[in-house]
Amino acid sequence: MIEKKCREILDKYHREKGNVISILQDMQESFGYIREDAVNWFSERLNIPASNFYGVATFYAQFYLRPRGENIITGCCGTACHVKGSAPIINRLREHLAIPEGEDTSRDGKFTIESVACVGACSIAPVFIVNKKVFGKMTVDRVPEMIKEIS
Amino acid sequence: MVNDNSLKDLVIRVCVGTGGLAAGSQEVIDEFNKALAARKVRAAVRKKCVGKTGCRGFCAKDVLVDVVRNGKTFTYQLVSPDKVNRIVEEHIISGNPVDEWLVGPDYHAFHDRQTKILLKQCGQIDPEDITAYIAIGGYEGAKKALSLDPFEVIDVVRTSGLRGRGGAGFLTGLKWEFCHKSREKTKYIICNADEGDPGAFMDRSIIEGNPHSVIEGMIIGGYAVGANYGYIYIRAEYPLAIQRLRTAIREAEKKGFLGKNVFKSGFDFDIRIKEGAGAFICGEETALIASIEGERGLPRPKPPFPVVRGLWGKPTVINNVETLSNLPSILTKGASWFSSIGTAKSKGTKVFALTGKIKNTGLIEVPMGISLKEIIYDIGGGMEKTNRRLKAVQTGGPSGGCIPASHIDMPVDYESLISIGSMMGSGGMVVMDDTTCMVDMARFFLTFTGNESCGKCIPCRVGTKRMLEILTRITEGRGKEGDIDLLMELGTDIKLSSLCGLGQSAPNPVLSTINFFRDEYEAHIKDGICPARVCKSLRRYTVSAELCRMCGKCFRACPSGAVIWEKKQKAVIDKEKCIKCGACYDACPFGSIL
Repeated sequence: MIEKKCREILDKYHREKGNVISILQDMQESFGYIREDAVNWFSERLNIPASNFYGVATFYAQFYLRPRGENIITGCCGTACHVKGSAPIINRLREHLAIPEGEDTSRDGKFTIESVACVGACSIAPVFIVNKKVFGKMTVDRVPEMIKEIS
Repeated sequence: MVNDNSLKDLVIRVCVGTGGLAAGSQEVIDEFNKALAARKVRAAVRKKCVGKTGCRGFCAKDVLVDVVRNGKTFTYQLVSPDKVNRIVEEHIISGNPVDEWLVGPDYHAFHDRQTKILLKQCGQIDPEDITAYIAIGGYEGAKKALSLDPFEVIDVVRTSGLRGRGGAGFLTGLKWEFCHKSREKTKYIICNADEGDPGAFMDRSIIEGNPHSVIEGMIIGGYAVGANYGYIYIRAEYPLAIQRLRTAIREAEKKGFLGKNVFKSGFDFDIRIKEGAGAFICGEETALIASIEGERGLPRPKPPFPVVRGLWGKPTVINNVETLSNLPSILTKGASWFSSIGTAKSKGTKVFALTGKIKNTGLIEVPMGISLKEIIYDIGGGMEKTNRRLKAVQTGGPSGGCIPASHIDMPVDYESLISIGSMMGSGGMVVMDDTTCMVDMARFFLTFTGNESCGKCIPCRVGTKRMLEILTRITEGRGKEGDIDLLMELGTDIKLSSLCGLGQSAPNPVLSTINFFRDEYEAHIKDGICPARVCKSLRRYTVSAELCRMCGKCFRACPSGAVIWEKKQKAVIDKEKCIKCGACYDACPFGSIL
C-alpha cells in the first residue's frame, strides 16, 4: 500500500543530489505525517541512514512525526498578530476545543491547533487559518463562529 | 435591454489576495458574475490582485473592486456581496457610480506619497501571463545585459549603488564582482525567498504579483557572475507564490528566455525551485545552502564566503527577491536613474510591510531616506485608534530594534537605522502604541529567536534561552535588581560570539528596548507595574476619580461584573471580582482606567 506511493516519490527524486527534504515533503503530502516504515523503506533503497531522515525531519517545523487532527487550525503568532492579540484567541480556542495543556490535538482527533511564526498577511492581523480558509482580524468573540464553520 | 457593444470595454477587477479572500472576495466575484449574467451583460470579471496582500497594498479596506469603463477607473472599497447589485444596477447599467462607496481620500493619500518601481505592476498585470510582462517592457533588461560584457553589467549595478535588500545591505555589484573573479567553471546564483521574519511579506507579494521580474533579475545576475544554474529557495508556506513561479519559469523556457542559448546569446541558464521546510535560520546564506543540499539548515563558518565556496562547494551568489527584481529597471533605465533616488549611501526604493496599530495597513514602497513621520502619518494615516499615541516602530523583525516616537523625524536608510540600534532587515515595520509593552515585545522576539536557534553554537543556543528566562521572570513580576544589567551584558556577549547572523542580532530587540524604554523595565522590576497593562500578572485596574466622566462604558464592557457604576456616579472596580482582562481599559474613551 505505502510501497506504491514511495516508489513514485523515489522515481521522482532518486537522481537528485540533496533529495532528503524533497522526499520528506512528498512523504508528508501523501501520508499526512512522517511514517517510520516509509522512512526505513527509503533509507534502505538510498543507502542513507534513517537517522539522517529523522535529523532533517525534526529540524524543520514543516514535518510532523505523529498524525494530526482532521481539522487544522493555524494561529499566526507573527509580530503584527502578537501585537494585535493572537495569544488570547489561541487560549480561548484551546478552552473551547478542550485541548489539554501540552497537547496540540483534541482527544477525539478532530482538531489540531498549531501556531506559525508568520503567514505574511499582517495587514489583517490577527490571522487564523482553518483548513486553508483565512480568517482575518480575528477576535476572541468570533471563536465559536469560526469553530461552527468547520463542524 | 442593454446593448452588449456599449459595454465591451467593461472590466471589473476584484482583489483576491489573502487579505481580499479573507474579506470575502470570492463571494463578491460570484455575485458580480451572477448579477451580470442576470442582466445579460458580458464583462470580464478579472481577479485583480492575485496573490495575497500584495495587490495595491491597501488591504485595510478590502474587498477593493475596480470598475473600468471607457478607460476610466472607479475603485470601490469595503465591497460585500450585498453591495454588488446596486453597483451593477446604478454604475454599470445606468452609468452613475455609487459615490458613497467609492474609495476616500485615505486611499489616495496612501498611494500618492509612494514611489512605485517594484510594486508598480503588482496587481496591474496578470502574473501568469508572460506576454503581459513583455508588453510593459519585460525582459528588455536581460536582453540588454546579455548584449554587454559581464563585467560591464557588474559595473552598471555597482555604480547604481544597489544594496542587498535582505537585511545586511551589502553592495550587490561588489558581491557579484567577487564571484565573477573566481575561475571555477560551475557557479550558482540563488534567489533567497525564505522570508522568515514575522511581520514581513514583501517578497511574497512581489513574487505573486510579478514573478517574471525576479526571473529576469536572476538571468542578469547569472550572466554577470558566470553562473549557468539558478535556484530559488522559497518557503513552503507560500504555495501561491510557488505556483506562480513554476508557471513563470515554464513560460520563460518556452519563449527561450531560459534554457540553452538564452536570447540566442550563447549563454545557458536554468532555474530550479527548492521549497524550504520552515526554519527561520535558512534565511542565513550558509544555512540556506545546507538546506538546498538536503541537510539540516546549520550555518557554516565564514570565511570561506559563499562567493568563494558555496553550494556543493562551488562559488555561489545569493540575492534577495527584492534586490533581484530591482535589476531589470536598473539595466533598462541606467545606473544614474537608480542612484538619483534615495540618499547618499542608500539608493533606490524600499518596500515595507506596514502593520500593527496603524490605520492604513498594507504594503508600501518609498524612496530611501523618507522620514518615519511621513510613512506613519501621511501614508499610514496615523494611529488606528485616535485615543492612543504612537510609542515606537519596530523594524528589522527579530534581528532589529525599535525606534521610539521621539525619533520619528529620522530618515529611513541603512546607516540611520543601524546608528539607532535597529536595522533595515527585510522590511517589516510594526507600529506600536501605548498599549504595547516593550518588555513583552522583547520577550516575544527572544522566544522566537530562541526557538529558531539551530543549536550549533553555544552563545546563541544557551544565551538566548537565559535571556528569555530573565525576560519571562520580569514580565511575571519576579524580576530582580540587576536583571537589566545582566541582560545587557549577556546580550553584548551573544552578539560578539555567535557564529551567524541569527545569534549576532538576536539580542537587538532587548538591547534596543532597554536603551529607549529602560523605565518600563524598571517599572516591572521595582514597582511591580506593567505601564502598558499587557503583562497579566502585573495588572491592577483602578479608576481615576479625577479623570472619570461617569459614562459607564467600562461598566458595560466588564464581563465579570467587577465594575460598580450607576448613572452620574464615578465607576469603581471590585478587585475581588476583577479577572484582569482589560476590557474596561480598552473601552474607556478618557484614559481614566489606570
